Formats: sequence, C-alpha cells, structure tokens
Amino acid sequence: MEKRIMLGNEAFARGAYEAGVKVISSYPGTPSTEVTEAATQYDEIHVEWAPNEKVGTEVAVGASIGGARALSCMKHVGLNVAADPFFTAAYTGVTGGLVVLVADDNGCHSSQNEQDSRYHGRGAGVPVLEPANAQECKDYMKFAYELSEKYDTVVLMRSNTRVSHSRGIVTLVDREEREVIPYVKNIQKYVAMPAMAKKLHVAQEKRLNQIQEDSADFAINKMEINDKKIGIITSGICYQYVKEALPDASVLKMGIINPLPKKLIEDFAAQVEQVYVIEEGNPFFEEQIRAMGIDAKGKDMFTIQGEYSANMIREAFTGEKPEHAAAPEAVGRPPLMCAGCPHRGLFYILNKLKTTVIGDIGCYTLGSLPPTSAMDACLCMGASITMAHGFEKARGTDAVRNTVAVLGDSTFFHSGITGLVNMHYNQSTGTVIVLDNRITGMTGHQQNPASGRNAKGEEAPALDIATMARACGVKHVVEVDPFDLPEVERIVKEETAREELSVIITKRPCALIVKQPMIPHTITDKCRNCKMCMKLGCPGIEMADGRPVIVKSSCVGCGLCKTVCPFDANEEGVK
Amino acid sequence: MKDINILIVGVGGQGTLLASVILGKIALEEGLDVKLAEVHGMSQRGGSVVTHVRISENEVHSPLIEEGGADIIVAFEELEAYRWISYLKKGGAFFVNTQQIMPMPVTIGAAEYPAEIVEFLKANASDVTAIDALEIAEECGSAKAVNTVLLGAMAQKLPFDKETWIRQIETTVKPKFVELNKIAFEKGYNA
Repeated sequence: MEKRIMLGNEAFARGAYEAGVKVISSYPGTPSTEVTEAATQYDEIHVEWAPNEKVGTEVAVGASIGGARALSCMKHVGLNVAADPFFTAAYTGVTGGLVVLVADDNGCHSSQNEQDSRYHGRGAGVPVLEPANAQECKDYMKFAYELSEKYDTVVLMRSNTRVSHSRGIVTLVDREEREVIPYVKNIQKYVAMPAMAKKLHVAQEKRLNQIQEDSADFAINKMEINDKKIGIITSGICYQYVKEALPDASVLKMGIINPLPKKLIEDFAAQVEQVYVIEEGNPFFEEQIRAMGIDAKGKDMFTIQGEYSANMIREAFTGEKPEHAAAPEAVGRPPLMCAGCPHRGLFYILNKLKTTVIGDIGCYTLGSLPPTSAMDACLCMGASITMAHGFEKARGTDAVRNTVAVLGDSTFFHSGITGLVNMHYNQSTGTVIVLDNRITGMTGHQQNPASGRNAKGEEAPALDIATMARACGVKHVVEVDPFDLPEVERIVKEETAREELSVIITKRPCALIVKQPMIPHTITDKCRNCKMCMKLGCPGIEMADGRPVIVKSSCVGCGLCKTVCPFDANEEGVK
Repeated sequence: MKDINILIVGVGGQGTLLASVILGKIALEEGLDVKLAEVHGMSQRGGSVVTHVRISENEVHSPLIEEGGADIIVAFEELEAYRWISYLKKGGAFFVNTQQIMPMPVTIGAAEYPAEIVEFLKANASDVTAIDALEIAEECGSAKAVNTVLLGAMAQKLPFDKETWIRQIETTVKPKFVELNKIAFEKGYNA
C-alpha cells in the first residue's frame, strides 16, 4: 500500500475520493480551502467553487437527494452562511451520503473570530466527527459516509487549523466506486414544510439517540487506560498535546463528539480517580459531561482563548516548565498587500481623502493597516455594503457624503449582491467600490464567477460586475484602472458627492496572477525626501539612511510610486 | 536515533517550505514517523512564517514544536531568528541567514529593527552558525537557492547520508534547477 505525506486537508480530499464521493461544492476559506483544491485532481469527482457556503451546501444536498455521495467544505464562519440549509437537511436526512466539513480557527490565525462549530453540530442535531491527524482525516471521512447512509443523516466533519494544516504519513487505498442510488420521489422526507417537519424532527431525535447508543462501539473512539490518577477526556488536536505532555495518563479520545459517547464516558470515569476534560474553545464537552453527573475539571484549569499546547498542559498538571531563553519583544511582521497589488492605490487615495471606509473580508482588509490606514469597520463577508447602508440611515444622507463600502469581486458574489439590491430598493445614496481582481486572493487564488475559469482550471463564463450592478438598479456604474490614481481620486470624489447610489469597479487582475514588468524602478537624486511614496506601504520601498530606496528584490515595477512622486524622482528601470 | 525537532522560520515568499518537504520525504524513506506543521493564509502576504518538522522512530503526536523544544532552528532572516529564540532547546543548534528584511512598522518608522541580532543569539544560545546564505546562493546563480544553502548547513547536524539529501533534492525541485540546488546544498554543507 502506498504511503504518502499529506496535509490534513489533502487527506480529507483523499478520504472523500476513496469513499466514492461524486460531487463537491465549496467556498474557499482558511483553513478549509485545500480540501476542495486537492479534490480537483480526481477526475471521478465533480468539484466546483460555489459563490458562497450556502450555495455549496445546497448543491451537496441536491447531489445527495440525487443519489450520490456529496461534500461541502467551509471555514467556521462559512457554516453560519450555510446554517440555513444545514439545519433543515439535518431533519430531512440523505439519500447518498452527505458530509459538511467545517474547519475552525482556534487562535484566529486568519479569521475574524474563534467560533466553536461544535455548537452548530449539536444545535442542528447531527453527528460530529473530529480527527486528530492526517491519517484520521482520511479514515474518518470514509467512516462519515458509512454513518451518513446507515443512519440517514448529514454528518459534520470538524477540523481546525492545526489538523487541516499539519502534514503526516497517510496510507492510501483504492477508490470504492459507487452506483448512483435510483431516485424515488418522497415528499414526506424532502419537502420540509410544517406538517412534514414535525415528523422529521421526531425522526431526527430518534436517530441521534440511536447513534449515541451505538457510539460506544465506534472504532474511532479510543480508550487508553494507564495511570488511573489522571483520566483525560479529549478529542482532535488536544489529544496530541495530551500525549506529549502526559504520556502516562489514562485518556479517552473521542472520535465522535456529538452526540457524546455517553456509555464510554461513564465507563472511563468509573475507572479513573479524577476526570479532566481538555478541549480548546468553550466547555462544550465539560458541561455535558458534568450534566452526566461526573465531577470533571476543565475550564477551571484551562482558558477558552486560543490554542493549547503540550507545554501548557504539562505545566498545569506537573508544574514543569522547559528551560529556554526568554522570548524578546520583537517588532511584529504583519502581512502586507503584495508589491504591484491593484488594491494599494485605492487605499492610498481613500486615506488621502479621509474617506470613511466600511470594509470587508479579503486581502484588501490589509488596507486598514498603516500606512494606508483606510478602513473603519470590517465584520463578515458582504457586510461592507449592508453596514454602509445602515450607517447612512442612522446618520442621514449629508453625513455620509465621504463614505464608501469596499469589497472584492469574490465577496461581492458571495453576499454583496443582496446588499446592493437592498441599497437600491431602500433608496441609499451611498457608494460601493468593488475591487475586481478576477480571483479569490487571500485564500490562495481560487477561481470565482469573475475568473473565466472553474475550480478545475477549465474555461467558464465570466460574470461582468458592472452589468450586474446595473441589473440591481444602480444608475451610476463606473469602471476605473486602479493604477490610474488621478482618475481614481476624481471618480471617488464625484461618486461620493453625488446624492444617488453608485458603484465604482476598480478593474485589474491580482498582481500574483498577471505579473508586472518585474523591472525594479530607481529613485534618482531628484528625490527631495518628501516620503509621499512611503505612504503607499509598498514592500518594494524602504528607508535607508533616512531616505526612500527601492528594494530591488521586491519591486515589480508597477509604477505606483512614480505616480505619487511630486518631484519626478522615480524612474522606471531598464532591462 | 534521537527524536529530531526542527523549526524553520522566515518571511513569506522566502521558500521556507522546501526544507520541510525534503525532510518529510527523507523521514518517509527512512521508515520514520514525521509530522510537519505550517501556517497558511494571512502569513503568505509577506508576514512571518514558521514550519515545524518533527521526526521520530516512535509515533509523533503533536505536529508543533513548543518553547524550549527545537533541536535545530533554521532562520531565513535575522529578525525572525530573534523572534523565535525561546523555541530553541538548551544546547540546540541555531542556523541564521544574515539577511534582514524590514517589516512594515520599521519601514514606516513606527518601530526599530533590533541591533546586533547575531551577537544576541550567540549570547543566548551555545551553538549559533551565522551564514550569508543569500550571497552564497547568488554565487550559485540564484537568490532563490537560499533555502538549499541553509538545508546543506543543517544537514551536517542530522543523521542522514548526504546521498539521501541529494536524492530528495532531485525528486523535489524542478529538473532545470536541480544542478543549481545541488551546488547550493554542497556549499551550505561545507559552510
């Protein structure tokens, strides 16, 4: 059998492949993105990027009703977007196996919160599985499809940053090809209206109870009885930290984390002197285990914040600390918009005009950082447009003449369009700027409805945002090249001053997709050290001996600094 | 064989991932267990990046190296070496590329780049090797070979044959860059 080093996310994709999955529809989101990306290598699977997680989940539900095994993947906040279909599909159950994969981001490595998705699984009443390494990512995925079809339920696969983004050795086997299950019309099961839903809710409770009853025998749970003084109940990545920190402790590692394997927990608790629950995030296990009448310790010893570590657990139990040099206070290295990024100039202008910017989720959220510092708020996908509308309704039309909503193309398709419809319908006079770079950038370049390519890289129809904005009823729609800064400035002033709804589209492909000339500029002796170019926050320019100089290894020759230089001191390089 | 924990730190875009990919392949070939951890997302945009490599004859549990846990730290940049020094095990080996990349807070004058980092490292760790890997890489023909130079330097501390390293470089880098990388590895090995 072939062994390969795989990312947790690649192993999830491999598991789906081996389980005979036929349809995957997802929206990218760190740390979940690579599952869907890795699945594009398998010709047997239809893999697509959906415009958002709700769409992706509904496509997967449709595929399941259609009789195939299906998957939708998302980050934790994406599950909120998908919650509507997710909670009701939890009632209807499945025909082909259906798994929703959610990757949490404990520690907020690249997210706006540390939401604990286990509550969504419990709230929806579906089984939740949580693997702890790459091999388990693959194995649990296959088990999830067996579970889904055996019990007629959606299964939530819960991962997090450390599991998804760690690599380990995985043993591969062949794909189990599956026939599409013949379609049989069944409105009692699939038409979720009140009369049916009441019965479906009863069925859902029954199957969840049955799963809880049977879960003691699931091979994905592992009880390791060692020293009985300390008995730890844990799951996922925390299991790995526990094994590092306390190799002699007794451990119950749960592979299914909703419903909790009650019989196993009671059996384990009866064998050890003191039960400790180790789980990142909220006391999800602890509260339920205490409700079983077990005196478990947990959040009185450990935080609900961030990630845990073996050192943290070891110190809590033994007081031991490893010897090491003190960590010095080191200046941070925040991420940046790339050299040549088409977003940079817009934020430079918005900063210059002191515009109030209601921002959104994407690379351009970095526009909030110094020196461009041009963002006032950022909440969730698509919220720039809707929040800007509310801001205007609160403060009045006059008060928002220098206010804009800013979001990217992928975010616009994700959940910006409905906000724009609302702005038109409820008579906003605001300005929306769509940064159209033809790709989903921050998550690592996934295709979207503007790209002209699909998830597998094949040609696909590209949507035109200006046409869509006009179709939403916007009369003033203007497109501009974001490298043409005087024009960007003129248009932003004109459109924000106008007491009518407008959309500005800055059009230029991502700098990592369509490369700049790659010939570094030079700063000549005409430079009077006014430092206007430093206000761009470009990694291609730095200060040396008190003067700006070009960083030759970083500059891509985009020419933005030449545009802002008042003394014509910036010259294009020659090859 | 003793367990091996290697922390590779640098700046997004410096090619820190290659070293961990090669180490992973070597471990697999030698029949050892290995886990690698990396950070994606925001950190790719010129931010700090760190890769954890853990190799053992026994099962590797946590994918992460923690403070005081690294047998070797390979730093692609000085400030990143400074930032991660607390992760070095007592007596562990520190390889630092003497390259400085200014973070934006320094560039815009909001913070200062720490002075004399190599001296600081030497005062706080017993086995520090400072290498101008960028200069060596450029001598070999490409600034991008910094990672292979550092890999060569680190290879001296690890229980794998030189031939094994070379073989995995050949299977990992693009064919047209194999010769360049073999030379860079050799120079790092002898640095």
